Amino acid sequence: MRFKLSYEIRDKYLRKDMLPTIFCPGCGIGTVLQYTLRAIDELGWSKDEVVWVSGIGCSSRVPGFVDFDGLHTTHGRALAFATGIKMARPDLKVIAFMGDGDTAAIGGNHFIHAIRRNLDVTVILINNFTYGMTGGQVAPTTLKGLRGTTAPYGSFENPFDIAELAVAAGANYVARWTVFNYIQGINSIKKALQKKGFSLVEFLSPCPISFGRRNRMKTAPELIKWYNKITVPISKAKNMSPEELEGKIVIGEFVDRDRPSLDEEYEAYKKRAKKMMGWEE
Amino acid sequence: MKYPFPVGKSDFIQGDEAIARAAILAGCRFYAGYPITPASEIFEAMALYMPLVDGVCIQMEDELASIAAIIGASWVGAKAMTATSGPGFSLMMENLGYAIMTETPIVVVDVQRSGPSTGQPTLAAQGDVMQAIWGTHGDHSLIVLTPATVQEAFDMTIRAFNLAEKYRTPVILLTDAEVGHMREKVDIPNPEDIELVYRKLPANEEEAKYPFGDIHGDLIPPMPIFGKGYRTYVTGLTHDEKGRPKTVDAEIHRKLIERIVNKIEKNKKDIIDYETFELDDAEVAIISYGIVARSAVRAVKMLRNEGIKAGLLKLNVVWPFDFEMIEKIAEQVHAIYVPEMNLGQLYHLVKEGANGKARVELIPKIGGEVHTPHEIVREVKKCECGV
Repeated sequence: MRFKLSYEIRDKYLRKDMLPTIFCPGCGIGTVLQYTLRAIDELGWSKDEVVWVSGIGCSSRVPGFVDFDGLHTTHGRALAFATGIKMARPDLKVIAFMGDGDTAAIGGNHFIHAIRRNLDVTVILINNFTYGMTGGQVAPTTLKGLRGTTAPYGSFENPFDIAELAVAAGANYVARWTVFNYIQGINSIKKALQKKGFSLVEFLSPCPISFGRRNRMKTAPELIKWYNKITVPISKAKNMSPEELEGKIVIGEFVDRDRPSLDEEYEAYKKRAKKMMGWEE
Repeated sequence: MKYPFPVGKSDFIQGDEAIARAAILAGCRFYAGYPITPASEIFEAMALYMPLVDGVCIQMEDELASIAAIIGASWVGAKAMTATSGPGFSLMMENLGYAIMTETPIVVVDVQRSGPSTGQPTLAAQGDVMQAIWGTHGDHSLIVLTPATVQEAFDMTIRAFNLAEKYRTPVILLTDAEVGHMREKVDIPNPEDIELVYRKLPANEEEAKYPFGDIHGDLIPPMPIFGKGYRTYVTGLTHDEKGRPKTVDAEIHRKLIERIVNKIEKNKKDIIDYETFELDDAEVAIISYGIVARSAVRAVKMLRNEGIKAGLLKLNVVWPFDFEMIEKIAEQVHAIYVPEMNLGQLYHLVKEGANGKARVELIPKIGGEVHTPHEIVREVKKCECGV
């Protein structure tokens, strides 16, 4: 396949009248957006068959920049809205573009239940360890000891591992990369998009302005170096002790399975109902 | 089309059941809910019927998710409903505001119980009037219907869907545990005799470019539903006519919010619905809604027998509110009584409408029991005759 230049992707998929984006210098959201659009492009999907949903925060602005049907909703509720979209129109493909606070804090309950139901949606998750848009408060993903405006002396809480949480709740496909894992990132999104049922691709994404600045990593390159230091490939992590893994973040493909999705289950349920009522054989 | 309940004949059913059947006849094909007394029977009936009519019925993780899901379903073209009671309704406020801001047609049923908080789950109250009208933050308007009988619960559910579709707005069906749980005879019409309204869709690509613009001059933009190739962007942020976020432009915000409010306010005459009883020559008026209005009818008869010229205004819609009509009534009578199952909610609107032209007295009752006609008569007589 010919490698498409960025401006081709931009011209094909972005709403020009919405540009420039609101993203700060060094932010990783645009990169992940590019990966997602490249994945859609490589799959040859039409812009008319995909709906984008988001909650609140920096990452939630993405549906506004792309030329697709899009619902920019309330904080944390993207997957609840997506449930209505997908179940009322199972033929549409749904992408939820979410942030870490969106997913794991205010939306934590919607997140685990959407996975439990195996809602056929692909979550592209921007995890920058912080609440960027509101000015750098700590998130449920903030690693212990890192600073935010609401934990000026360093976070004292245990963070969530969102990918592990998704695996435990029953997702069909879960992968985690940093925004610098270009090929793996795009491939994982492609896999996730094609997967029936719940799929999640989490990206550790730099936020130099709100997060890095408060943690002695003022620029994207400094955050890249930090990600290199703290991430461990899943194959390597398998042979590491819990002590060695302390403070590290595992990256790679966590799960790839094919449990029936919610809309498939509901189709069967409708048939069962009609049969039980004697409406159908 | 085959229905999982009798149509074209009458049936003896609960108010909650009537709401579920009416919703299906109104074309509702997406229901998301979370169990709560005294609204659960709506959900249970929907769970029974929906798969049979190829609709979706899903139990969400909470009320926030329930209303979110129906908004999502509405944007892909489904007529969608959820039902709850006061505590759940409180949780829905965030996304109710979102539905108002994004002009999404949905129906939300609130089968009222007392509060605040969990209150009395199995007993009736009318304490959610202000929450229904003003519960979500910001300047807004929406439509609130108040049935008093099981038949009205049925008829108003169909009307709720029609108004939601016509005005591209959330409609609240504000009923209570008494109406929800009582059984009465309901005439269920033949589906072909029911007049149904469907949202205005964009006539062409050009119209679809303005999902939030007043392109027809009627304040209601056509709704370019998802999946039709229009590629519409919808946000709860202040947005321009094309739907693009414009959060710091005062003029754009004013224009958007005024249109959302005015599409209801300027169509008040079409939306407002009421009944009067012995009001023409009345010297005192009772203004009531929902279950209490039924006691008020009897109270009017009893007061007339005792020589007090009483009349009743029964409101079937509590928002939008016809302040001018209340003022006209206040000019005719010397006192207005507002019996309510709360410590005064509609009372404030009536008092504002009366504009000092007549004395306005609240007849409150809380604890779960409906006012008896005698109680209303006693309070009126206490004020009118000093007994």
